[in-house]
Amino acid sequence: MSALKLCSGTVALLSRDNVDTDQICPARFMQRRRAEGYSDAFLHDLRFAADGTVRDNPIDAVSGASILVAGRNFGGGSSRESAAYAVVDAGFRVVVASSFGDIFAANAARNGLVPALVHAEDLSRLTQHLELRRDHVVSVDVERLTIHAGNLSLDFHLDDSRRTMLLNGWDDLDVTLQYGHAIDAFVNKDRAERPWAAVTGSAPS
Amino acid sequence: MARTLFDKLWQSHVIAERGEESLLFVDRHFVHEGAFHAFDKLDARGACVARPDLTIGVADHYVPTRPDGWDPDIVRMVHDLEKSCRRHGIRLFGLGDPRQGIVHVVGPQEGLTLPGLLIVCGDSHTSTQGALGAFAFGIGATEVSHVLATQTLWQKKPKTMRITIDGALSPGVTAKDMVLTIIATIGADGARGHAVEFSGSAVRALSMEGRMTLCNMTIEAGGRCGLIAPDDVTFAYLRGRPYAPPDFDAAVAAWRHLHTDEGAMFDREVRIDGTGIAPSVTWGTSPEDALPVTGYVPAASDHPGQEQHVADALDYMALQPGTPLEGLPIDRVFIGSCTNGRLEDLRAAAGVLRGRQVKVPGHVSPGSAKVKAEAEAEGLAAIFTDAGLEWRASGCSMCVAMNGDRGAPGERVASSTNRNFRGRQGKGVRTHLMSPAMVAAAAVTGAITDVRRLVRDVS
Ligand code: SF4
Repeated sequence: MSALKLCSGTVALLSRDNVDTDQICPARFMQRRRAEGYSDAFLHDLRFAADGTVRDNPIDAVSGASILVAGRNFGGGSSRESAAYAVVDAGFRVVVASSFGDIFAANAARNGLVPALVHAEDLSRLTQHLELRRDHVVSVDVERLTIHAGNLSLDFHLDDSRRTMLLNGWDDLDVTLQYGHAIDAFVNKDRAERPWAAVTGSAPS
Repeated sequence: MARTLFDKLWQSHVIAERGEESLLFVDRHFVHEGAFHAFDKLDARGACVARPDLTIGVADHYVPTRPDGWDPDIVRMVHDLEKSCRRHGIRLFGLGDPRQGIVHVVGPQEGLTLPGLLIVCGDSHTSTQGALGAFAFGIGATEVSHVLATQTLWQKKPKTMRITIDGALSPGVTAKDMVLTIIATIGADGARGHAVEFSGSAVRALSMEGRMTLCNMTIEAGGRCGLIAPDDVTFAYLRGRPYAPPDFDAAVAAWRHLHTDEGAMFDREVRIDGTGIAPSVTWGTSPEDALPVTGYVPAASDHPGQEQHVADALDYMALQPGTPLEGLPIDRVFIGSCTNGRLEDLRAAAGVLRGRQVKVPGHVSPGSAKVKAEAEAEGLAAIFTDAGLEWRASGCSMCVAMNGDRGAPGERVASSTNRNFRGRQGKGVRTHLMSPAMVAAAAVTGAITDVRRLVRDVS
């Protein structure tokens, strides 16, 4: 995962609420390995007709967009990380919404995608602004947690730990492996305190 | 200091802290076919599974429910899970195992899910297992690989919310109606970022199965997890289960401390009057789009600020504002899923179907192979097949349509599942969520029906 401090680019305006992860990546694409890519899976049934032709849709209306502006409750529902893969593979580095599914937001940050949370009023200001000037370049500053679109400027929220992860391109696992002693100490103490928590019964089959 | 149940669960799992996040110890990690991304990541690093003894594989999402005509691409997903589990020494409840079933049905049923545990699975409905007083939540594939490699997870402590439901439920009203009413009240993101504890006399009065239905759909309100303090109902449910602790009484003594202390504070409190809840159905494409079955399809103007969502939903669902929900013709029914695929759910549906014939096709997929065997032993399977429904094997089936069980485009489906998302049950399928008894009533009349009418007929 590469580090991301600043993202400037054009916007795809998906002004819809409740875009769940089943829509973002329909279940039938989920057998794919990561390396096979998920860009066509992204919002597939919104973007493509049954015969595979591209419908009139807000994603394909702009080419090369790197910032997705959505509505309320983006990425609610299923925990499928393939939803984050699909957004990333479709070229986006930032999603702006007034609320996110918790698991989606966690998955996004772990895949180098910024889940930028803004107040509902700010989201409508941004959306209105962009409806008038679709070609505007928007810049998202992950260090300062600000979004600039023309003369409009607003703040967004991102959990500290996710911000650090995105800014550094870190993987949690590298950090956790340094906690081996703390984990061992916990397990030893816990075994005495919660003997009932062990898995007992039949051995692995 | 007075602590909430959630505080107690959280604090007993903290290994270390770093900034706003804590490193938590994971007591049980369930993996299903979707874990292949996580196993791939593990392999890419050359890492091993840290605690195969605390990891349990369950085949459910891609399991075929028909005896024949298996799609090789789908069965391959199940075999991939078998291979990963074998390679890493993980116990697996796979195809043909009498313990196989939907992961969130199997965990409690086998006594692997216990009060006081921290449980994760790469599946959002892991919240189901909080019904036993565990801190249980869904995670993504990268987190799954982290748990596989370390048996731990970094998490920011969620806020706490208590939803209190008091009063006796009316006849014909179930846990499913309670949770649909809650989601319609607080919204599909109403519990976002919160650990939700359910309390109140209506919750206490629920069976273990009903409690699981309630916690299952906490995620549909955006909640991080759902929780119910363990009590005698919980302990009676667990006693004698295959993986229940050998010294069960000592465990119960410890579990009795797992409740919210008098005077503990929540970040948010919601109260719902249980006596006012009616059998409910969804009309739209989000679980928050739920109404009493006696209601009418709303107009966009009924939901200020959400006009676009309502208009889009009605368009997808092919519904006109003002149409009564009762009487809406349906094309197919499905009974099953981790929401409503347990024995009590099948009994409720069979109670409506006994001695009747269905007007539309559909199938029943029990929540686990064990539920299937029990339902067959007590004659429920025969009631379903005599009524004209198909009786299938256990799996996620038409809840998520990954195994090939799906509706046809444009079909209107009455379903006992948890998500009425666009395309969830097959491309273009229009899903109406409701309780298993309500699905059975819809099957009998071929239209959405207030189950209380049919129950009155019978009595
Ligand atoms: S039954 Fe449905 S909700 Fe439950 S685990 Fe399976 S796919 Fe997920």
